[in-house]
Amino acid sequence: MDTLNYINNGHGLASWLLTKDHKRIALLYLVSITFFFFLGGLFAFMIRLELLTPAGDVLTAENYNKMFTMHGVVMVFFFLIPSIPAVLGNFLIPIMIGAKDLAFPRLNLISWYIYVLGGIFTLVAALSGGVDTGWTFYTPYSTAAANSHVITAALGVFITGFSSILTGLNFIVTIHRMRAPGLTWFRLPLFVWAHYATSLVMILGTPVIAITVLLVAAERVLHMGIFDPALGGDPVLFQHLFWFYSHPAVYIMILPAMGVISEIVQAFARKNVFGYSFIAFSSLAIAIIGFLVWGHHIFVAGQSVYAGMLFSIISYIVAVPSAIKVFNWTATIYRGSISLDSPMLYAFGFLGLFTIGGLTGLFLAAMGLDIHMHDTYFVVAHFHYIMVGGAIMGYLGGLHYWWPKITGKLYSEPAAKLAAGLVFIGFNLTFFPQFLVGYLGMPRRYHMYPPEFQVFNVMSTLGATILSVGYLLPMFYFVHSIFRGKPSPADPWGAKGLEWEVPSPPPTENFAVTPIVTHGTHQYAPSKEVGVV
Amino acid sequence: MSGHHVSHHVAPKSLYYLIFALLMIGTAVTVIVAYFDLGAFNNVVMLTIACTKALLVVLYFMHVRWGTRLTWVVAASGFVWLLIMFGFTLSDYLTRGWVGGTLR
Ligand SMILES: [Cu+2]
Repeated sequence: MDTLNYINNGHGLASWLLTKDHKRIALLYLVSITFFFFLGGLFAFMIRLELLTPAGDVLTAENYNKMFTMHGVVMVFFFLIPSIPAVLGNFLIPIMIGAKDLAFPRLNLISWYIYVLGGIFTLVAALSGGVDTGWTFYTPYSTAAANSHVITAALGVFITGFSSILTGLNFIVTIHRMRAPGLTWFRLPLFVWAHYATSLVMILGTPVIAITVLLVAAERVLHMGIFDPALGGDPVLFQHLFWFYSHPAVYIMILPAMGVISEIVQAFARKNVFGYSFIAFSSLAIAIIGFLVWGHHIFVAGQSVYAGMLFSIISYIVAVPSAIKVFNWTATIYRGSISLDSPMLYAFGFLGLFTIGGLTGLFLAAMGLDIHMHDTYFVVAHFHYIMVGGAIMGYLGGLHYWWPKITGKLYSEPAAKLAAGLVFIGFNLTFFPQFLVGYLGMPRRYHMYPPEFQVFNVMSTLGATILSVGYLLPMFYFVHSIFRGKPSPADPWGAKGLEWEVPSPPPTENFAVTPIVTHGTHQYAPSKEVGVV
Repeated sequence: MSGHHVSHHVAPKSLYYLIFALLMIGTAVTVIVAYFDLGAFNNVVMLTIACTKALLVVLYFMHVRWGTRLTWVVAASGFVWLLIMFGFTLSDYLTRGWVGGTLR
């Protein structure tokens, strides 16, 4: 006889669709986000198929434009931004701080419905003919030039933005008001700090993208002169407003992944994190400085060189807190008692790939070099190293780490190791050649290219095929584990933290008695006075 | 953990009517002023009225006047971020004329 937990406490579709339990809502998000991930992957597959040969033979130029636009829109707004916060953050933040739920459970459920509504708008746009503006909706592509379903897709982005704002609000209030007795700010898990910083970005940035896409719609429909020079507007203004949100949005994707890595690295090196407060505050520093760098996307779009210099310098500065984290994780692993379980493999993957992604970002933040590299495959490779090599590695690492907690089942570890290996190899084979071909001058967003670039593109498509196998594998062993997996103990990894002290899967109320916290939540090593390094 | 003693100040209904009246007067003044060309002061006058109205809404209708210090910080940070957005965007527009032809 099973004990009562959040999964078997209530049956039927209504008990899920009307739930106010943050853990069940996290699973609703998991299912819907996975759907959009594979939908976005399908668009990516079409892109890679077209680029296998130099001629534009699979898709017309128009349809190719639609493929990369829909790939970007779906992956950014419907997978990457909600992925870790809405699934893992939703599930774990209340448990990690010793609370029974988020501060506003109803709002949490509404957030999911808003997300789904935004997703439906985007799906309708995709099915009724697609959008071809690029995921950035740049004017005048999105106003004067495009004939595709810009307004429907933009409304989808507008709507889902509110889901993001409300989730961020929920997290901030929860972290402020609902910590268990004794759980001071500097005892919080770094995962919680990372989500606090992420929530700030969500709340301060998302309204701007919402208003910006609304202005695009206003110009398209009402011909208000905001971005169109013929009406007295300025198209570069759109790029300012768009990137004011969309550069920080990269931190909405990567900060939660950094939170996941902080947890995994401690658990599998069996050490307290090196420089806790540096990692905690670097999250806040990234969240704040990240708002001051957006002009590095506009160096060659007509922005004044003086503004460019300002944005370039600050873009270099924002690399510092990220580097602090990488050094601190490395120092945490140093002389740790390391076990190479699958979550740790993803964490290692993250460390290497995020570092490459970050350093190549510095190439692009240099104004002179950017004139050569802007809008080439170098840029595409750079941000995929951050968003796929960083954010998705973190997401998968976190999913593997907490899967036994979420489902109460153990998955096949050899299969998970194989998948992690395939993802790492496939990812690098896909995107490293793009650095080279981009540096050689292959522009992005064309469905044909000169024949001398083919070898790089064949490697890339081959890598993408391996990568997709690596992404599909977890679908099988995760689903398999739900039906056939061995039951997981409360703490299968021997990890520390409040989430590992409750049963797997946790009961609906998380804690029968509110825990009283007397030390930092992760005590892997004895306190310093014992003299253990 | 901090105690749950947020005082929920209840303002008299008359205050809300007063604020509403002030907002309506602001709107009326905006419309009237639109009939006169004040030259360079057009924007100054309009924005002053608009900002005053926004301030009234934030302070009274959104209860920030009676909020905790944390509420003040949150409300203020929103405006600081707005200033960041305007300031850095203007760093582009105001310096475009400094060098002719560069990067174009
Ligand atoms: Cu950026």
